[in-house]
Amino acid sequence: MKTNKPLLKANNVGIHFGGLKALSGINVELNAGELVGLIGPNGAGKTTFFNLLTGVYEPTEGSIVLDNEKLNGLAPYKITRKGISRTFQNIRLFGELSVLDNVKVAYHSLARHSIFSSIFRLPSHFSGEKEIEEKAIEFLKIFNLESFMYEKAKNLPYGQQRRLEIARALAAHPKLLLLDEPAAGMNPQETRELMNLIAFIREKFQLTILLIEHDMSLVMGVCERIYVLDHGQLIAHGTPEEIRNNPKVIEAYLGEEVS
Amino acid sequence: MTTLKRINGFWISFVLALVFFIVVQLLISGGMLNTFYINTLFFMAINIILAVSLHLIIGITGQFSIGHAGFLAVGAYASAIMTMKLQMPFALSLLVGGIVAAAAGLLIGIPSLRLKGDYLAIATLGFGEIVRIILLNVDYVGGASGMTVTHLTSWPWVFACLLITIIVIANFTNSTHGRACISIREDEIAADSMGINTTYYKVAAFVIGSFFAGIAGGLYAHNFYIIQPTNFGFLKSFDILIFVVLGGLGSMSGAVIAAILLTIVSTFLQDYPETRMIIYSLVLILVMIYRPKGLLGTRELTSFFRLGKAVEGGKQGENKQTVA
Repeated sequence: MKTNKPLLKANNVGIHFGGLKALSGINVELNAGELVGLIGPNGAGKTTFFNLLTGVYEPTEGSIVLDNEKLNGLAPYKITRKGISRTFQNIRLFGELSVLDNVKVAYHSLARHSIFSSIFRLPSHFSGEKEIEEKAIEFLKIFNLESFMYEKAKNLPYGQQRRLEIARALAAHPKLLLLDEPAAGMNPQETRELMNLIAFIREKFQLTILLIEHDMSLVMGVCERIYVLDHGQLIAHGTPEEIRNNPKVIEAYLGEEVS
Repeated sequence: MTTLKRINGFWISFVLALVFFIVVQLLISGGMLNTFYINTLFFMAINIILAVSLHLIIGITGQFSIGHAGFLAVGAYASAIMTMKLQMPFALSLLVGGIVAAAAGLLIGIPSLRLKGDYLAIATLGFGEIVRIILLNVDYVGGASGMTVTHLTSWPWVFACLLITIIVIANFTNSTHGRACISIREDEIAADSMGINTTYYKVAAFVIGSFFAGIAGGLYAHNFYIIQPTNFGFLKSFDILIFVVLGGLGSMSGAVIAAILLTIVSTFLQDYPETRMIIYSLVLILVMIYRPKGLLGTRELTSFFRLGKAVEGGKQGENKQTVA
């Protein structure tokens, strides 16, 4: 499944907000099918990097290329349609909508019926809505969420909300999935389940995954390669084993050794 | 099967609405309702159209617009010009009123919907005032003294417009497009990252809402014999906003019920002009204290029937159209 075909290339990417350099000179390359970790201390710029990839911010330097297509300056919804989808550090579900409707929203871009046909209830409206509904239910079944289908998303237990957010992101049919601290706030049991889920979706949807995580056992356990950010710069890159023994990484996390 | 059931529910509501229409029509033509009641009824229906159209913008899409009276004014004047100056038929004038208001909505929506929250509120408030000031200074439409308009609004027109407004907005809401709008209300960044073209849907909701406000304007203008810019000040915008908030943000039936109740309250309080505003304000304060999420919250009237149905497995619930 793993190939050497590059899916995403970030060349020398950086962004500054006024005088503040949040990120600079980031070079990241993801091959199709890889599961790569992105770690770093708080405030290192991990989420900012996700925001650059998904178009929330536009990079002030460098370029981001997905499948030989430049993404710089595209609106976030266009980037999603090109194949990058994400979850958020602080869960952002559509709380007042049902679990089913949350997933249906992700299928919106596949809908072919227009506003006009929905207002006048033309046949294309019914067939289009039916197609979305069937696909969404099928999808919820994969994630064992179908029993909560008509529950409001905000009423789900925390772990299930995380699960739903991942399901929703996948329903947008990404080639690259960005997970922003999916294990935050989970107990060890839930984290283990999450690891299984990640392995499962990767297999099932032929995905490339970039994962931000603080839980080292999770990152070291599932990732094939790891990038380390500190103070807006990449300080290391390699296999989990190499990262574990890299003096720069140890310094970034634990501070300098007293001599 | 569910689709079939839904269609059945729709036709049941439709027949009930038709019965309601015929009963009122018979009462009017039989002379059993005096002018006061007829006027209140028309005013109520116009308020419902306004409330439901603003509900789409604020309650569904979450864009806090407080210049709705501006679109009402644009529709009122555009349709009045059509009938009074250009001698066009009433139906065409109503439609033109709606279209001109929708065009104004598009013009205002594209730049201002980039703004969020308070900033959008201020921008739309500004729009409402600009419309009023322009009308005040254009002699073609009578300036401050206003424009006299023939009384053309009748029960069939009012009812037809009301029904169309409710059906169109309900159909829009209960589709993938409506879900896209709700997702923007719930979390715009997440909606964006789900592939929803947020700008497009915000503008679409704004334009549809403005269109029906314009239709309401046409009905309004041809009901009161005279229209003046002062009728469309920002207080009018707040009146409409109150219907939506009081009914419960996100609930269409809530907006309808609030529009009915408040129209009744303010009409009957006209007999007590000294205390009218005090009582009206007290009603609002009490409702907000005891029902801070509005009368119905985000629920629809039909959901209560559905709840009952689950228990007794009984008949299809009545639809909100019949409430009007």
